[in-house]
Amino acid sequence: MEEALFYDRMQFAFTITFHYLFPQLTMGLSLMIVYFKWKYIRTLKEKYNFAAKFWMKIFALNFAMGVVTGIPMEFQFGTNWAKFSELTGGIIGQTLAMEGMFSFFLESSFLGLFLFGEKLLGQKLHFLTGFLVFLGSWASGYLIIATHSWMQNPVGYEILENGRYVLTNFSELFSNPWLMPAFLHNQMASLVTSSFVMAGIGAFYLLNNKFSAYGRLFVKTGVIFGLISSVIVAVPTGDMMAKNVVKYQPVTFAAMEGIFKTEQGVGIALIGQPNIKEQKLDNKIEVPNMLSFLTYQKWDAEIKGLNEFDKSLHPTNIAGLYYSYHIMAGLGTLFIGLLMIAAFFLWRKKLFDTKWILWSLMAFIPFPYIANTAGWYTAELGRQPWLVYNLMRTSEGISPTVSSGNTLFTLLGFVGLYLLLGMLFLILVGKIIYKGPETIKK
Amino acid sequence: METFWFVILIGTIIIYAILDGYDFGAGIIHLFFAKKEEDKTAIHKAIGPFWDANEVWLIAFGGLMFFAFPVLYASIFSGFYLPLMMILWMLIFRALGLEFRGVVHNKLWHAIWDKAFGIASLLLALFFGAALGNVVRGVNLGGVELAFSKYESHYFFTPLWNEYFSPLAVHEGILDWFTVLIGILAVITLTIHGANWIIFKTNSSLNDKLNKLVPKLTVVMGLLTIITIYLWVSYLEGSFENLANYPLLFIFPLITITGFNILLFVNKINKDWIGFLGSSLFIFGGLSTTACVMFPVFLPSSNSINPDLTIYNTGINEYGYAVGFKWWIIAIILVVLYFIIQHKVFKGKLDMADYGHH
Repeated sequence: MEEALFYDRMQFAFTITFHYLFPQLTMGLSLMIVYFKWKYIRTLKEKYNFAAKFWMKIFALNFAMGVVTGIPMEFQFGTNWAKFSELTGGIIGQTLAMEGMFSFFLESSFLGLFLFGEKLLGQKLHFLTGFLVFLGSWASGYLIIATHSWMQNPVGYEILENGRYVLTNFSELFSNPWLMPAFLHNQMASLVTSSFVMAGIGAFYLLNNKFSAYGRLFVKTGVIFGLISSVIVAVPTGDMMAKNVVKYQPVTFAAMEGIFKTEQGVGIALIGQPNIKEQKLDNKIEVPNMLSFLTYQKWDAEIKGLNEFDKSLHPTNIAGLYYSYHIMAGLGTLFIGLLMIAAFFLWRKKLFDTKWILWSLMAFIPFPYIANTAGWYTAELGRQPWLVYNLMRTSEGISPTVSSGNTLFTLLGFVGLYLLLGMLFLILVGKIIYKGPETIKK
Repeated sequence: METFWFVILIGTIIIYAILDGYDFGAGIIHLFFAKKEEDKTAIHKAIGPFWDANEVWLIAFGGLMFFAFPVLYASIFSGFYLPLMMILWMLIFRALGLEFRGVVHNKLWHAIWDKAFGIASLLLALFFGAALGNVVRGVNLGGVELAFSKYESHYFFTPLWNEYFSPLAVHEGILDWFTVLIGILAVITLTIHGANWIIFKTNSSLNDKLNKLVPKLTVVMGLLTIITIYLWVSYLEGSFENLANYPLLFIFPLITITGFNILLFVNKINKDWIGFLGSSLFIFGGLSTTACVMFPVFLPSSNSINPDLTIYNTGINEYGYAVGFKWWIIAIILVVLYFIIQHKVFKGKLDMADYGHH
């Protein structure tokens, strides 16, 4: 049973990590394409329409990848986590079924129209279909995070004698205090990804002296969208999320920050490696009293350490959780720093000639993906050992009849298939970028 | 309320079968009959703008089953673990075949993805048919061995096949002569259906050939249907009690027969949409008749110890159903609206549409 649990977790972690590389770009990008389309209708400058068309091609490829890697996620609730589905389907089945009915139909119906219907529809309606695709993809994010929020902070339910959960209050699912900060934090983070991808590809064009007019447009748009969104990721949404963790999952907060013992006036660790055996951080560099201040707005406030909680309640992978959180927060800080410098140079009209910033923007393309992934690992490792916080342990959720051998077989299958998919994707997206926006002219 | 959600769930999967069914059929035609580049392109154009939205009906079906009958969802998805995973992989290949083909202009590249699309479509039709066979036949709920249940009464695990390849053996397999027969029936039915869609939506040079093919395949389909029903009734305790008790339900087999006759005489009526109507009616009638016969059972138990999974022992609370009903009504109105808009924009023959050219 231990072994089956391990492979079930590995398979879900692997497939969801790979899957989320695609929606994080499409959610952010859909908003930026709608922006280009809107600029085109307002100014009638052809370059905005070509920019929109160019990003639509990258969007379409990402969307297709998101769809094909997304269906295995829905299936796995039943195939690998049958007990969890049986017991909580009455609640999370609501939000997941709503996702299918409200957002997937919207996205898939109008994406076809958006990609192939420009001539048939005319500009205004074409803009509208783009907006509906954006709406569908953000609605999907909202309903997934509503599901996630229920698992982090269960509300509006009742547990029957046979252990099954039933819904008693539908609106509480959506007024869950966990939901709104998490949703905004996530959507802004996906906008950070799409902004860096856009700015990075723009910088690539400028450094290559190809498609320079588009290079300037992409860098400028990417930097502005990126700066706004990366600030909102930190304040207020990141801050609100941290406060939620302190309030609802204090033991998770202690592990995230690497606080082993309760203290007053706690500093915030910038660098350090958790030493679980000796219950301390090695090689610690910290800003004194900062964590107390950020959490409670008092320099000497007390922060509860892991020692306050029974070992059985500790997150199962304290070091992994600590690193995920610090990688996310550290990268988030770097993003704000780089984008502020870039925005300053943009304002002084020097950005397009400042090579080192262009090089940095291009080199930064992978990092928002890492930060987004690390952020989700923080949330998911932070919830352990629970599947539904404080109610159902992860080990209680797996399918009772699926053997570890079967799961390992399919896990290996997914690893091989996704490796192939990833390579094909990179080749094809590289081809689109290399061809550039202007060849789309017909 | 359970009955209502049974109807919705069955309705959703039937719509999926009709819509994505023509995509699978088009893939099979593409694999076996489309030799010329223009014909292949025509098939791509005929399903290009739709297949993605069609596949959403499967996701909606999964989501609605998860919400309305979570015990059934948990039981079926874990019990049919391996075939479902293979269906997933095939769906991935099908999508890649359609979406990646046009990105590179190279003969070998096209050939790879054409085959991926065609073979995945064929296997999907076969597997979905076999899946229906498994649900009709039933499974060893509770994993009973020597009158002792290994699992809770609503769980089971079915391997891919048993050593006798027979539905009557003690341990069922996913593939046996009964389920494979239904798989083949599904392949033939969807080939007809896909051919009708291509005739309906294109002016390709294949259409004449397909027009001749449809009635011939229809005869085969009719024979297989009769054999399947015979085997089901005589070996697998299939019973038509529901139809006998509620004669009004005979409308569904009548629809099947109507669809069948349209397909037989399709060349007499000179309308490109008539064949598609015929195969849609046949699929709708066939699946809805099956659902009527099985009601209220979702999945029969093949042992006498554990009860069948029905709408009554797999559902949720009344409150959950009531709120679900409210948002479902809003959602389905929107879905119908999108569907109408989509098909208005891409109406008529699609040979001229610029899909697939990047």
